[in-house]
Amino acid sequence: MADVNRGNRPLSPHLQVYRPQLNSMTSILNRLTGIALLGGAVLVVWWLMAAATSESYFALVDGLLTSLVGDIVMTLSVLALWYHALGGVRHLVWDMGYGLDPDDGDRMGWGIIIGAPALTFLTIIAII
Amino acid sequence: MSLMTDRKRVIGLGTAKSGTDHFWKSTVTAVALLVIVPMFLFSFGPLLGEPYADVQAALARPFPAVSAALMLIVGLYHFRLGIQVVIEDYVQGPARKIAIIVAACLSYGLMALGLVSLAQIAL
Repeated sequence: MADVNRGNRPLSPHLQVYRPQLNSMTSILNRLTGIALLGGAVLVVWWLMAAATSESYFALVDGLLTSLVGDIVMTLSVLALWYHALGGVRHLVWDMGYGLDPDDGDRMGWGIIIGAPALTFLTIIAII
Repeated sequence: MSLMTDRKRVIGLGTAKSGTDHFWKSTVTAVALLVIVPMFLFSFGPLLGEPYADVQAALARPFPAVSAALMLIVGLYHFRLGIQVVIEDYVQGPARKIAIIVAACLSYGLMALGLVSLAQIAL
């Protein structure tokens, strides 16, 4: 197993010569949304901490999160969350051995790109 | 050729000596989060911008409290696993170890802060 084809394997594609396409872009965005969600987590924990501290501190943090900038950041967090969730589902499907040819990958890619804003919209409608 | 079977050779090994453990934990938490994320969004979302007393009352009820607790535990554990893979891909040398430790402290610290806050409100 480990002794086979050592040193004669295909190289992974270098970014400098790699032509961007839907599959790679949606995959890179999946990783970026995962990292960015730390920001959303920090804000939610800050809000919880404020709610556990005092009424005036809660008013300050809650006011920040529901200001115009706060609303934009929280909406983008929900978008990132749904994007990462759908992108994760695509990985779970791939891990089970399905949808590995380029056409299926593209179809699921469009599913993520259209699905994430749609689910974000539905979420905001539902919780307002 | 060794007399060991291929299966015996790989049990518990791999370069990290942990086999597919990291991958499997990421997968299990990912599946769990498919249920937890909607639970959290629809119980936490409506509380944003609500009066202090209403928020206290809501988070004292089992479903919103459990949704938030699960989101903190499973979500930040999933983040801690994922961010390690990202660091291993882009950071080399001693900085890699330091970055992984910092990321783990950040993930677990945030989880603890959230859980203690939640407990103080809910209990």
